[in-house]
Amino acid sequence: MLSIVFFAQTREIIGQGELSLPFEQPFSHIENIRAHLAAKNDKWDLALTRDKLLVAVNQEMSPWDTPIKDGDEVAFFPPVTGG
Amino acid sequence: MISVQTQDFDIGALYQQVTASDNNPLGYGAIVTFVGKVRDFNLEQNVSALSLEHYPGMTEKTLMNISQQAQYRWPIAKPIIIHRVGDLQPGDQIVYIGVASAHRKAAFEACEFLIDYLKTQAPFWKKEQSDSGFQWVDARESDQQAAVKWANNDE
Repeated sequence: MLSIVFFAQTREIIGQGELSLPFEQPFSHIENIRAHLAAKNDKWDLALTRDKLLVAVNQEMSPWDTPIKDGDEVAFFPPVTGG
Repeated sequence: MISVQTQDFDIGALYQQVTASDNNPLGYGAIVTFVGKVRDFNLEQNVSALSLEHYPGMTEKTLMNISQQAQYRWPIAKPIIIHRVGDLQPGDQIVYIGVASAHRKAAFEACEFLIDYLKTQAPFWKKEQSDSGFQWVDARESDQQAAVKWANNDE
């Protein structure tokens, strides 16, 4: 299984903070997962627009072509605004 | 020391900690601290409250990582980084960074590096309440450029 988590605006637009996805062959890279989730409906598509979306794999900021393996935690969120 | 917390922090107590002899050998004559506070305005809007969300686990890891990067780049003692989360009011303290070094240049640079990297890499998100309701704060291009400047200066 993959653990998918969302934060800030991304979480608010989708209306949920986390979900589990069975790890399947098409999910070899982060971009495959993003595209799969964005295809759900307009709301998910809006929340997961790649422009201004960041992603972390196992709590580390990662580029879109990062390979994914079973058990990974993938987080989608907007650019950070702390400090 | 890294801490992500809801409660306020005491600058005097933290200063004692930065200068404590186990953290800061007596040869470290320069202390630089940075405190970030909640403004009561942003983009010409009055801000009446601020809420800070974060990614538990990743936040602490990221702060630890930038702390180690700073210690690798400059001859400094282990920095102190405190960041608050949850509901805050204008005037409240948000973030504290304390750096000790033998000389001021390393301490100033490391402190600036830490806040620049924290602002662009640590997973915190601010939501402001103003006259026009709640709004997520947009990331600033100038913050991104400040962090990129350090990356380009990497030796």
